[in-house]
Amino acid sequence: MPFNCHNDYKMKFSLDDEFPDLSQHNNHMAKVLTKEIYGKLRSKSTPSGFTLDDVIQTGVDNPGHPFIMTVGCVAGDEESYEVFKDLLDPVISDRHGGYKPTDKHKTDLNFENLKGGDDLDPNYVLSSRVRTGRSIKGFTLPPHNSRGERRGIEKLSIEALASLEGEFKGKYYPLEGMSDAEQEQLIADHFLFDKPVSPLLTCAGMARDWPDGRGIWHNDNKTFLVWVNEEDHLRVISMQKGGNMKEVFRRFCVGLQKIEEIFKKHNHGFMWNEHLGYILTCPSNLGTGLRGGVHVKLPKLSTHPKFEEILTRLRLQKRGTGGVDTASVGGVFDISNADRLGSSEVEQVQLVVDGVKLMVEMEKKLEKGESIDGMIPAQK
Amino acid sequence: MLESPNYLFEALPQQTIFCSYLYSAEYPDLRKHNNCMASHLTPAIYSKLCDKATPNGYMLDQAIQTGVDNPGHPFIKTVGMVAGDEESYEVFADLLDPVIKERHNGYDPTTMKHPTDLDSSKIQSGHFDERYVLSSRVRTGRSIRGLSLPPACTRAERREVERVVVDALAGLKGDLSGRYYSLTQMTEKEQQQLIDDHFLFDKPVSPLLTCAGMARDWPDARGIWHNNEKTFLIWINEEDHTRVISMERGGNMRRVFERFCRGLKEVERLIQERGWEFMWNERLGYILTCPSNLGTGLRAGVHVKLPLLSKDARFSKILDNLRLQKRGTGGVDTAAVGGVFDISNLDRLGHSEVQLVQTVIDGVNYLIECEKRLERGQDIKVPPPLKQFK
Repeated sequence: MPFNCHNDYKMKFSLDDEFPDLSQHNNHMAKVLTKEIYGKLRSKSTPSGFTLDDVIQTGVDNPGHPFIMTVGCVAGDEESYEVFKDLLDPVISDRHGGYKPTDKHKTDLNFENLKGGDDLDPNYVLSSRVRTGRSIKGFTLPPHNSRGERRGIEKLSIEALASLEGEFKGKYYPLEGMSDAEQEQLIADHFLFDKPVSPLLTCAGMARDWPDGRGIWHNDNKTFLVWVNEEDHLRVISMQKGGNMKEVFRRFCVGLQKIEEIFKKHNHGFMWNEHLGYILTCPSNLGTGLRGGVHVKLPKLSTHPKFEEILTRLRLQKRGTGGVDTASVGGVFDISNADRLGSSEVEQVQLVVDGVKLMVEMEKKLEKGESIDGMIPAQK
Repeated sequence: MLESPNYLFEALPQQTIFCSYLYSAEYPDLRKHNNCMASHLTPAIYSKLCDKATPNGYMLDQAIQTGVDNPGHPFIKTVGMVAGDEESYEVFADLLDPVIKERHNGYDPTTMKHPTDLDSSKIQSGHFDERYVLSSRVRTGRSIRGLSLPPACTRAERREVERVVVDALAGLKGDLSGRYYSLTQMTEKEQQQLIDDHFLFDKPVSPLLTCAGMARDWPDARGIWHNNEKTFLIWINEEDHTRVISMERGGNMRRVFERFCRGLKEVERLIQERGWEFMWNERLGYILTCPSNLGTGLRAGVHVKLPLLSKDARFSKILDNLRLQKRGTGGVDTAAVGGVFDISNLDRLGHSEVQLVQTVIDGVNYLIECEKRLERGQDIKVPPPLKQFK
């Protein structure tokens, strides 16, 4: 079968004629991709046929924002991170605080290593959540996978999740054919995900064939949720109202490990290596792929001139309560870890727990009209 | 203890190859779909074509992606697939031929020939009553043979299309002489002028186009050329390699079509001088990205005031029988404003340019007559349907 013949055909054209115009662009890919690198990598493709242009298309199509630096490239399969390392290593380094090609990433899903986290003030911390992604070895990733692969991932996932018991007993809802009642309930629970509209995702081909092979699984308690075939093969989410991040993280670790065992038994463990940790579609999610966060009321602190600096020093980021690229409502912010690669799950959740605890204390001080100058933390 | 899912997963090589799955695992779910591709893509045709590629490497899943991603509308049947290059129409003929036949009212590309006729002197009458017709316009598309089409073209190919066409257009003279405005380099002032003239095209937002990959690398190698008189306009690398438009205010469709034909022939001569030609064959006429635009690729139309007729219950039937379609004055998928409609030919393939423009002229004259009769309180008749293919 003439599989890569499109890339072979493209090689007829000169480097100058194929090199993208990135003069208006502000994303990690555009900052790194020189003509030399493009020239070196343009003839290559991964064994499944993913090419350099496939990797960078989203970054070419989305020049970016003067203030927000997007990644501008994606992986189509596990091998992309090897075959296109001349581009992806510097992108990873820029995105992940100087992470080097020789660095090793530590994975620690032992929830007992987390200190505290069970006492965040629920008057301020409205909800707690930890999410990550997992990719299933042997399948290509959402920018590239075929319908057959996507269905294969779904089928494997359904069988794995169906075998869970106890606090993890639950049900799968395929997006295709969901009843109106089910749909409304999932929306009310804030579980339902939509077809991606962000051009960052659609230009990378992740919305193809929607909603085929996509669905949502959650446990009966509605505290553990898995998205199948959205931006990654699996997105795994543990959540609950209130501030008991310790419990959220325990359930997260236990659930993930149970799921991983089942996939391993079918010779389809998760994509992982000791340099990049868990392999996901977007280079920004490498390492732990973990975003642990809270919805927390910080109306006074959020208007304090040092708010941004405090967040940076605590290695935290803020988002609106609708998630990435949304605004905060009523002084309630989504506060989560900024790092993904180069520190472990326990370390990242520890930063959230410690940092949020400190910020709630600052908020209380500001409520009393007191200064927080003495509480500004050192850079973590 | 879980049974292993099925042999399919155990047999998977570590390196998954695109079409080594059972074809049924890859066949799209089209049960909720209403488009021409979905109506004709059987599992048998899918399995026959799914591992074929055109010489440039374009494959079936790419051609049908837009139709899989856009299930369609119960009332409006979209085509649901595109061509990535000229050879797509051969390599995927088992699917494209029935799609073409359905879309083009029974035109059978396996047996019939398409007539091309750009001799504008054959047009009869063609100067409309300007109390009703506000503007007249004829558009078509042309593709440059040897370069892939917008769903599949590489950046280098797209830039080559731009170079070839802009170079040729620089050779136009007299009332056709003009200039090119590249989307990447136009100044704000030029941009505003093009918007005011209603010439500027935007990055496509319709998922019908974006899912087919036509907006990739925007705005690289896209641009607009128009003559100084602003009556002859060419879009470069939007939905097709080129879209060619002749237009003017008022009802002189005859002159609009004359300029259209003359301009097209001149552009063709200029690219031929440089060793290029348009994609055309006698089975399908001019080859364009969307199968709906094969043949002439021609849409000739007017903006016409029909406030009374448009409210008459027979309006749709009259249009149907005259082989005309209505759109709002913003173009496809827009609503009419102030009783002013965009009326144009329905057909593209199996009739020549001259025939289609004559159909529009005769039809619009009939519509104006109806409007006048209704103004006078007289009744109107639904005309007999125009002859179609046997």
